[in-house]
Amino acid sequence: MSLRPDLAAIAAHVAPGSRVLDIGCGDGALMAELEAASGCDARGMELDGALVERCVSRGLSVVQGDANLDLAEYPDKAFDYAILSQTLQTATRPDLMLDELLRVGRRAFVSFPNFAHWRTRAALMFGGRMPVTRALPVSWYETQNIHHVTVEDFRDLARLKGARIERAWFFSNEKQIGAPAANWRAEFAVFELSR
Amino acid sequence: MNAAPASPVYRMPHPLPLDSGQVLEGCEIAYETYGTLAPDKSNAVLVCHALTGDQYLASPHPITGKPGWWERMVGPGKPIDTDRHFVICANVIGSCMGSTGPASPAPDGAPYAMRFPVITIRDMVRGLVALLDGLGIERLHAVVGGSMGGMQALSLAANWPERASRVLVIASTARHSAQNIAFHEVGRQAIMADPAWNEGDYYAADAKPDNGLAVARMAAHITYLSEAGLTEKFGRRLQDRDAKGFGFDAEFQVESYLRYQGSGFTRRFDANSYLYITRAMDYFDIAEEHGGKLADAFAGTQARFCIVSFDTDWLYPTSESRHVVHALNAAGAKVSFVELSAPHGHDSFLLEHDQLDRVVKGFVE
Repeated sequence: MSLRPDLAAIAAHVAPGSRVLDIGCGDGALMAELEAASGCDARGMELDGALVERCVSRGLSVVQGDANLDLAEYPDKAFDYAILSQTLQTATRPDLMLDELLRVGRRAFVSFPNFAHWRTRAALMFGGRMPVTRALPVSWYETQNIHHVTVEDFRDLARLKGARIERAWFFSNEKQIGAPAANWRAEFAVFELSR
Repeated sequence: MNAAPASPVYRMPHPLPLDSGQVLEGCEIAYETYGTLAPDKSNAVLVCHALTGDQYLASPHPITGKPGWWERMVGPGKPIDTDRHFVICANVIGSCMGSTGPASPAPDGAPYAMRFPVITIRDMVRGLVALLDGLGIERLHAVVGGSMGGMQALSLAANWPERASRVLVIASTARHSAQNIAFHEVGRQAIMADPAWNEGDYYAADAKPDNGLAVARMAAHITYLSEAGLTEKFGRRLQDRDAKGFGFDAEFQVESYLRYQGSGFTRRFDANSYLYITRAMDYFDIAEEHGGKLADAFAGTQARFCIVSFDTDWLYPTSESRHVVHALNAAGAKVSFVELSAPHGHDSFLLEHDQLDRVVKGFVE
């Protein structure tokens, strides 16, 4: 199975045998990969019951829950990694969620669509309307993305929260790109954080 | 009750100690098995039954002649696949389908009746563990239960953590709430208010406290259904009549249905067993057994858990399942949880539900 590029980057950098919490784990693609390829002990959290059922029926340990509320139930440093892929921008309070990630996990992976990608900027600049792009395909009135964020915003938030950026990966058109001018060029970003 | 169930019976070689401090001598457990036990005994699945259930999980009930209570879930090629697993279902102690209960003879030969010791869910599980010992099964591939069966599964996981690799708990709870206890007390009072109950001493009499037991079942049955389910099934429709009769016959369909449920139940269940088992459920609070903190009950567990609730179950609502899930998370246990959508309230776990089938299959496999 081929993982989404941001998930593949995460999968490639999780140490084998780690305890992992995948928040917003969807159908469990990353968890399954981490368990099969890296011997990880992977747990998931997902809001959508139909997706949870698919995870459980494929033998994954996934809890139906709301990351905004239910992360609080996990003990400190219960996991080696807490992973939040494409979910930060949907959080009620992304800043508090980042705190929770770094509380329950020794390290955190966070991936998100970069709102400062040039296509987004161009759509807003020239179209004058909320951008609907390859990376942000849903109209403003039905998107779950309530807190759009850019690469530079995220770096600022990490700094504000005293989180250290261990590594970062950037993607455009499903391919990894270099870090220079990532805030212009990246459709998606993945950060590995610690504190 | 005494209609000689065909099930094999395991007679415990040792007295069974109980939470009350009493012991049960010569305790017997009636059970059914389905499938074949692997030579290394690694494929055993224990299914625990609910309050009024029994060991006839996937084979016809000897009194009612109805199919097993979970035949749609257990059998060859079913989600709990008897081609792969050796499935055990045992009548709990205190019940009345062949395991030792209040209708069984005490050492003096007469039925225990109210001399039967008050038991707990943990005592029931102690009996099941004794049966597993008797069958030579060290470690279950899975323990599975809905409702009171789920309580037993949790109790087994908390108190005998090495005995099961997987724990599947459906539409259940780790503690009985005030509302749960209240409904049970209505049922018990209905039985005890029946003159035929006679302080529990009715086994030799012509009349049994069937009226009381039927009312208990009627009250309980309401808690197993959802309001929307009742409305859909019966609404305000009248039974076998076109207009209200200004009397107290079962004029509404829902009344007729409940009366039918109540009277049918008395043919297969012992009133004293109903008292004892509801009492055991009311005493159930796993956290209390483990110093007040539910997470402590599961500390260090290596088992995988799956907790399932139904959105219309108001008897053991999703919040109770979440409470268990949070405790398991806090204990670092491998846990899955899903709330399934179903219109039929608590009873949904017994009914057709494709999603439940897939979850059970995926988890138990």
